[in-house]
Amino acid sequence: MSLLSSAREMLGQRWRSTAETGDSRLLPEAQLAGPMPWVIGIMIALTVVAAASGLALRNAARTASADLEGGVTVQIVTAAPAERMRQSAAVLAALQQSLDVADARQVAQEELNALVEPWLGTRPGDDVEALPIPALIDVRLRGPATKEKLAALRALVKPVAKAARIDAQAGWLAPVFAAIEALQWLAGGLITLLAFATIAAVLLASRNALGNHRETIEIVHMLGGTDRQIARVFQRSMAFDAAAGGLAGLLLGVITIAALGHQFAGLGSGMVAGAVLRWPDWLAIAAIPVLGVILAVLTARLTVLAALRRML
Amino acid sequence: MSQPESEIVQFDNVGLRYGTDKEILADVSFTLYPGRFYFLTGASGAGKTSLLKLLYLAQRPSRGLIRMFGTDAITLPRERLPGFRRRIGVVFQDFRLVDHLSAFDNVALPLRVAGVSDSDITKPVGDMLEWVGLGDRRHARPATLSGGEQQRVAIARAVIARPDMLVADEPTGNVDPEMALKLLRLFESLNRLGTTVVVATHDVHLIRKVPESLIMRLDKGRLSDPTGALRYPPRRPSAHNAL
Repeated sequence: MSLLSSAREMLGQRWRSTAETGDSRLLPEAQLAGPMPWVIGIMIALTVVAAASGLALRNAARTASADLEGGVTVQIVTAAPAERMRQSAAVLAALQQSLDVADARQVAQEELNALVEPWLGTRPGDDVEALPIPALIDVRLRGPATKEKLAALRALVKPVAKAARIDAQAGWLAPVFAAIEALQWLAGGLITLLAFATIAAVLLASRNALGNHRETIEIVHMLGGTDRQIARVFQRSMAFDAAAGGLAGLLLGVITIAALGHQFAGLGSGMVAGAVLRWPDWLAIAAIPVLGVILAVLTARLTVLAALRRML
Repeated sequence: MSQPESEIVQFDNVGLRYGTDKEILADVSFTLYPGRFYFLTGASGAGKTSLLKLLYLAQRPSRGLIRMFGTDAITLPRERLPGFRRRIGVVFQDFRLVDHLSAFDNVALPLRVAGVSDSDITKPVGDMLEWVGLGDRRHARPATLSGGEQQRVAIARAVIARPDMLVADEPTGNVDPEMALKLLRLFESLNRLGTTVVVATHDVHLIRKVPESLIMRLDKGRLSDPTGALRYPPRRPSAHNAL
C-alpha cells in the first residue's frame, strides 16, 4: 500500500471513530476521488516551495533594506593623497558634529584594497596602493537616509571638502530590490495559478465521481436523501484525500526548502544570508495544506451541490 | 353521513411526454385515499412505470395537476421533495439496490437518510431481513444475491420506514408463489396499519388474493376504472368480481 493510501486510510479511520454518521455509507468514498491525493500533494508541494521562496526573498530584502536604510557613503574623489587625507579628516570632524549622524568611520586602506582587488588583479607586481582610489567614509544616520538629510549632509560637508560625493547606500541596491519585488510577485502569481489548478482538478474529479455514482445518487434521492447529505459524502472524501495529499506535499516541500537553503547557505553572500525563514513564515507554510484542504472541500461541495440542483 | 376521506394523492388531467414524442400518459385523473390498497394493471408499455414515477416524485408531468399529501406537487420547491419522498416507499421494477452496500445497509438506507441513529437501526432492519427470509444473508452484496433475494431486499427497504404510501412496480415478479404471497401479506399488514399501497402488476392471481383492493387499469396511457376506484366515494367491490 502506498504512503498516500496509508495516510488517507489512517485519517479516514480516525475520523470515522469519532464522527460516524449514516451519510458516510451512502456512497463508496474510496472510489470518489481517485488520484486526487497525488494531485493535491504535488500542488501543495509546489505551493510550499513558491511560498517559501517568496517569503525568503522578502526577508532578504527587508534585512538588506534595514542594513542600508540609514547608511550613507562619502567618497573623497581626488588624486592627491595628501589632499584626500586632509579632506577626509575634515569631513569626519564635520560629520561628528551633526545630530543626524549616529556613527561615521573612515574605511581603512586595507579594506579598500580588498574591495578593488577582484577588479584590479592580484598578480605579482600589481600595486593597488599606487592607484588613486577615493577615500571612503561609512556613515550611519539616526533613522533613514531621506533626501532632506542627504541635502543637509552635503551642505555640511561641501565647505570643508570640495571633492566629497555623498550617496545613500540604499540607492545602489534599488535595482536589486526591484528585482526581488518582481520575484515576490512571481511567487504570488504561481501560488494563485496553483490554487486555480487545484480548484480545476477538484472540480473535474467531483464531476467525474458524480457521473460514476449517478445511479446511486438517484436512489438516495428517491429514498428522501437531501443534496446536502450527498454533498457531505463528497466533502468528507475530498477532505481525506486533500489532507493526505496536503501532508505529503508539505513534507516534500519542506525537504525541498531545506535542500535549497543548504545550497544557498554555501554561497556565504551577505544578501543571501538574510534570506532565511523565521517562525511566522514556517507557520504560514504549515497553513498551506490546511488552506488546500479548505479550498478542495469547498470546491467539491459547490460543484456537487450545483450538479445535484440539476437533478430532480 | 360519513365524513369524506382526505385524499393522499390527486391527479387531475395529468399528461406525460418525453421530449416531443407523443404522450405516454394522457388525461390521467384519479384520487387515492389513505389506507386503501390499489392495484395498477395494464399491458406492457401501457405507462404503468411512468405513472408510478409520477407517484413517487421521480418525474414531473408535462401537464395537469398533482396534489400529494395535501400539497401541490408540481410547484413543490426542490428542497421540500426529500421530505415528501420519505413518506413514500418504493419497490423499483429493477430493484435498484446500491451495489456497494450489503443487504443490511441497503435496507437501512431509508432510515439512515432520515437521520435514525445506528443503534436504533440494527434491530428493526435485522427483524425485517429475518421476516423476508434473508437473516443469514445480511452481509451479502446485491451482486451475490439471486433475483428473488434482491427483490426481497428491495421490498424490505421500501417498507422499513413505515411509509404513508407504498408504491411497488411488479414487486413479486422474481419470487416463487409462496414468497409472493408472503410479501403480499406484508403489504396487507402495512395497509392495515394505514399505509396506502399501490402495486403495479400483471399478475391476476395476485390481485385476486386481495379482495378489498381497488383496481386501476392503464391502456395506452389512459386510465380506466373497472372497480370504481376512481369514483368518489370509491366503490368497494371485490377485485374478484371485477376480473
